Amino acid sequence: MYRIGQRVRVSARPHEGHHRTPGYVKGKIGRVERMHASFTNPETRAYGTDGLPKQPLYLVAFSQRDLWPGYRGRAGDQVYVDVFEHWLEVAE
Amino acid sequence: MARGVHDLGGAPTQAPIDRSEHQLADWELLMDALVGTLGRRGLMNVDELRRGIESMPRAEYERASYYERWLYSVESILAEKGVVAAGELDARLGT
Repeated sequence: MYRIGQRVRVSARPHEGHHRTPGYVKGKIGRVERMHASFTNPETRAYGTDGLPKQPLYLVAFSQRDLWPGYRGRAGDQVYVDVFEHWLEVAE
Repeated sequence: MARGVHDLGGAPTQAPIDRSEHQLADWELLMDALVGTLGRRGLMNVDELRRGIESMPRAEYERASYYERWLYSVESILAEKGVVAAGELDARLGT
């Protein structure tokens, strides 16, 4: 489990099957904003299973500047992405 | 890292984005109802729908409209699960 405010990195591991982690946050560091709840796992449910066990889903905030090279917006601009716990790692 | 056909966040493009509202055609309303019914009957869930869409060959994915992607996915997932036999839909349509 991650706590609110914790810095986390999204895994950049290769993954061939169905998953919902957007490519533009893979390998990027963000901050846990909130833990939504636990939900059935779309990675297994997409193949006709019940998707159990449920997986915790977090709202993670990323600085726009960390995501886009040459970002020209305001320094504090953020983007919020829902990421399942098994895609997150502790960021140093 | 290879990205899925749908995973377009941050990808550069010069293509214009059509933000206009448009009326749904009758078949698009039926497509939506069909997917809802398949879900309620336990034949196909939304994650399977998405997998079917995101497994489309890139050229077909990019050419297809929103509900055409749903149609492609429903056909391929139902055939994969044996709910419809391969070729059954084409046979019924006489194509």
